[in-house]
Amino acid sequence: MAHLSPMPALEPGQDRTMILNMGPHHPSTHGVLRLILEIDGENIVRIMPDIGYLHTGIEKTCEAKFYQQVVPLTDRIDYLCPLTNNLCYVLAVEKLLGLEIPPKAQWMRVMLNELTRINSHLVWLGTHALDIGAMTVFLYCFREREDILRLFEMVSGQRMMTSYFRIGGLALEPPMGFFERVRDFAKRFPSKVDEYENLLTGNPIWGMRTKGVARITAEDAVALGASGPTLRGSGVDFDLRRDMPYSSYEKFKFKVPVSPDGDVFARYACRVAEMRESIAIVQQAVDGMPDGPIKAVAPKVILPDREMMKTQMEALIYHFKIITEGFAVPAGEVYQAVESPRGEMGYYVVSDGTAKPYRVHMRAACLANLQALPSMCEGRLLADVVAAIGSIDIVLGEIDR
Amino acid sequence: MPFEPAITDLEQLKNHPAVAKLIAWNSSAVEGAKFDRDEMSIYVERSLIRDACILLRDDADCPFNFLADVTCVDWFPSEPRFEVVYHLLSIPKKERVRLKVRLDSGSPALDSVTLVWPAANYFEREVYDLFGVRFAGHPYLRRLLMPEDWEGYPLRKDYPVEGYR
Repeated sequence: MAHLSPMPALEPGQDRTMILNMGPHHPSTHGVLRLILEIDGENIVRIMPDIGYLHTGIEKTCEAKFYQQVVPLTDRIDYLCPLTNNLCYVLAVEKLLGLEIPPKAQWMRVMLNELTRINSHLVWLGTHALDIGAMTVFLYCFREREDILRLFEMVSGQRMMTSYFRIGGLALEPPMGFFERVRDFAKRFPSKVDEYENLLTGNPIWGMRTKGVARITAEDAVALGASGPTLRGSGVDFDLRRDMPYSSYEKFKFKVPVSPDGDVFARYACRVAEMRESIAIVQQAVDGMPDGPIKAVAPKVILPDREMMKTQMEALIYHFKIITEGFAVPAGEVYQAVESPRGEMGYYVVSDGTAKPYRVHMRAACLANLQALPSMCEGRLLADVVAAIGSIDIVLGEIDR
Repeated sequence: MPFEPAITDLEQLKNHPAVAKLIAWNSSAVEGAKFDRDEMSIYVERSLIRDACILLRDDADCPFNFLADVTCVDWFPSEPRFEVVYHLLSIPKKERVRLKVRLDSGSPALDSVTLVWPAANYFEREVYDLFGVRFAGHPYLRRLLMPEDWEGYPLRKDYPVEGYR
């Protein structure tokens, strides 16, 4: 595993190779990623990623907030899939509290998570194709993304920073006409994926830029902690939704796309196939949406309805106490992992029995996936770095937190 | 799903495969164990963490081949102050286990596991950056998220949340 060892600092003063600085303000780094490249002509000798430009200390901030106040912070971590972050955090706290979530809330969570996955993959596909030179795809992808963002706005009032899940359930009942809109979208979307594939999959230029580029073997991907489509693109058949189900994913039927080649095209194929599976899950969730409450029965944890709060004394007291003092969570620790669009997103929440989390740590899928970038690119051409960055679907907000 | 109280008695947990494996290998490796909310935590002796990781990674029955996460918890002002936490995942068996190492506040240091899983590289750098825990044998132990010339370790409990320092 010598080739997996991280490189030491690059030393200036040699005459054979030169050092090129890429980023942090470079459009193809999808944020503020800085890469220090040592190149020999056009070949990459070494890559050293430099991160931290977007570090905002979210983990520290969480320690000063009540449990329910952390939910909006989680939106800002991976800003392309806020609902997945919300879900992972609330699942972790619910596990600490031992809450039972009603089926309707669980199915809504699954449905919105899959819409988020499609949303995130659309941004990835558009920008990744744009980086490599296929400009049309970007406009197509953002057309459908707009539809999804409108759905999010309808259900949560926000397009991006949704904060829709609450500890114990959902924030609000979905509005009238919401499920029809989702059903309509689910019907239209598969044909749109065909459109993207028409533009790319058989396109010879796309094939030349992606096939055989930035390869990584399954052993290396596992050793480097890569997860999600980056791992499945190397032929490892592992998906947390199917293998370690949460939030009633075990009740849905879907396939886990795997490609064995380990190159940029394999990761592309995985994600495009995942979009088709996700929309199938959305369809199942809409068709079989159970009736019932959207919040668990736990008056000391979950805010009462406005109606109850204004008519019942007890509800008013609980409302006042939750808002002013939060709610105490039994001491303990929990690691909850969910399959985000980028891989294994994990929340490690430690409670000391008070109303504020003692420690919240986020396992960022992108941080681990980024470690695979040097072994993907070294010895290859400079232009392939752009394709490789796009193919691991990097989000700097999640890496730096 | 109201949960059962945590089991912290090592005698009761000896049958858990990972605990049994570690005890059979070296009886002083396991300092304690906890089974809480369906999650297994094993306290490992500080000097044996790297070998314990190799043992669990190469286990034939349940290979923990994927290092999901490395992080740290600061229990200031109690001693031992730091707990370095490893989350291991077995992709073939779909099992998780959590390893913990307790460290005193004097000069917190332990062996790096980058040779076991290269994935530990960034995770350990992050723990060093934010908690000041040193990993012996790490190939490139520098700050990861904070600027190179930053003073102090932001996620320690005696570091203020607000205010310029």
